[in-house]
Amino acid sequence: MTCDEARILLHALLDSELDAGHAREIESHIASCPDCAAEFAAQREMQRVLAETNLRYTAPASLRARIEASLPQPQRQPTRRSVLRGFAMGSAVSALAATGVVAVVLRQDDQQRILSEVVSAHLRSLQAGHLTDVVSTDQHTVKPWFNGKLDVAPPVIDLTAQGFTLVGGRLDYIDARAIGAVVYRRRQHVINLFVSQTSSTEHRPPKTQTMQGFNCRRWGERGLNFWAVSDLGADELAEFVDKFEAAMAKVEGKSGS
Amino acid sequence: MPATDDVQKAQRFREAALPYLDDVYTLARYLLRDASDAEDAVQECYLRALKHFDSYRGPAMKPWLFAILRNVCNAEYARRAHRPSAIEDTPGAAEQTPLWQEAEASPETEMVRSRDVGAIRKLIDALAEPFKETFVLREINNLSYREIAEAVGAPVGTVMSRLARARAMLRAAWMAEEEQAK
Repeated sequence: MTCDEARILLHALLDSELDAGHAREIESHIASCPDCAAEFAAQREMQRVLAETNLRYTAPASLRARIEASLPQPQRQPTRRSVLRGFAMGSAVSALAATGVVAVVLRQDDQQRILSEVVSAHLRSLQAGHLTDVVSTDQHTVKPWFNGKLDVAPPVIDLTAQGFTLVGGRLDYIDARAIGAVVYRRRQHVINLFVSQTSSTEHRPPKTQTMQGFNCRRWGERGLNFWAVSDLGADELAEFVDKFEAAMAKVEGKSGS
Repeated sequence: MPATDDVQKAQRFREAALPYLDDVYTLARYLLRDASDAEDAVQECYLRALKHFDSYRGPAMKPWLFAILRNVCNAEYARRAHRPSAIEDTPGAAEQTPLWQEAEASPETEMVRSRDVGAIRKLIDALAEPFKETFVLREINNLSYREIAEAVGAPVGTVMSRLARARAMLRAAWMAEEEQAK
């Protein structure tokens, strides 16, 4: 092997791109040529220093949002028109209120995308260490944790007596906004209850949709939109929502009087 | 209203391409040396990628996205062409330049000393094309030689000689700075 060849191939050796035969050839050249050996050592050192330095850049969130917004969005089913319009308008108005600057006109078919985001957030939460930011079975610990982190703290209701254990809370990011997620567990099944603010105070009855094998039950009440997501069966998830609504009505009733 | 096919395609595209956003943005920053130009180029790259997603047959998403980004950046170079700082992609330059010119200039081999991120980025930014992109694709974006060849549309042999040249130039510039600092 000539030094000409070695000066190129030593890089392939550094990058582990050579098969065993060629690697042996260049190694034996380096062993017998002090100049190439010095160059190899110097390059290996530079590679080590570079590897210790994080030279990557992180794309700004605004760029990610711009690209997301430019992709075709899923459209809604006509049969769900009336229910979805309420949700979409609610989100649009509260998003506007939240930013105060940018006029966001959500298309009605955004609901399908939001559902998909909610399910993705649920999936993410199931990865190790992602489920909760605050771990507590005590609603009086979880509720104050949200204060100051969100415009409106989500209602945190202990449903342990009803068979759904409160596990904790988490901040999540849906539809380009921070929202609260309250985490419950039934047996081995995790339930994420996502809560976001809406300007509509109208009551919207719960509806269940299925996406990627998860059930999502959503409803609207007292200026809040709720999404409950779980791999629980539709009937048990409906039971959870019923218990939650009943408990919430009780709490509101007490504080109202 | 988008057709259902479009929506499904967009969803597949989202899952396949968006995880590489930071990689694509990183390459754009090094190629264009400007944050806002890089953002525009990356957005344009994703628009074009979605448009051609139907014809995408693999094998790897990353080199494919990088190839599109390169085209976008080359258009940006063309737009900047009147500026003195314009970088021309000169194919063949790697083959014309002796490989260890710099190494000969400083015969006693010294090791580079660790520097902060900003200083190293500056040294990389100053590399000439097409050596810089080859270097960034290998050292920062972690592409294999074959993937780099795919992304830049050059034979693997050319990739290897460009990389050797890029590293020789980077080390020479690095040593020269340390020399000055003394």
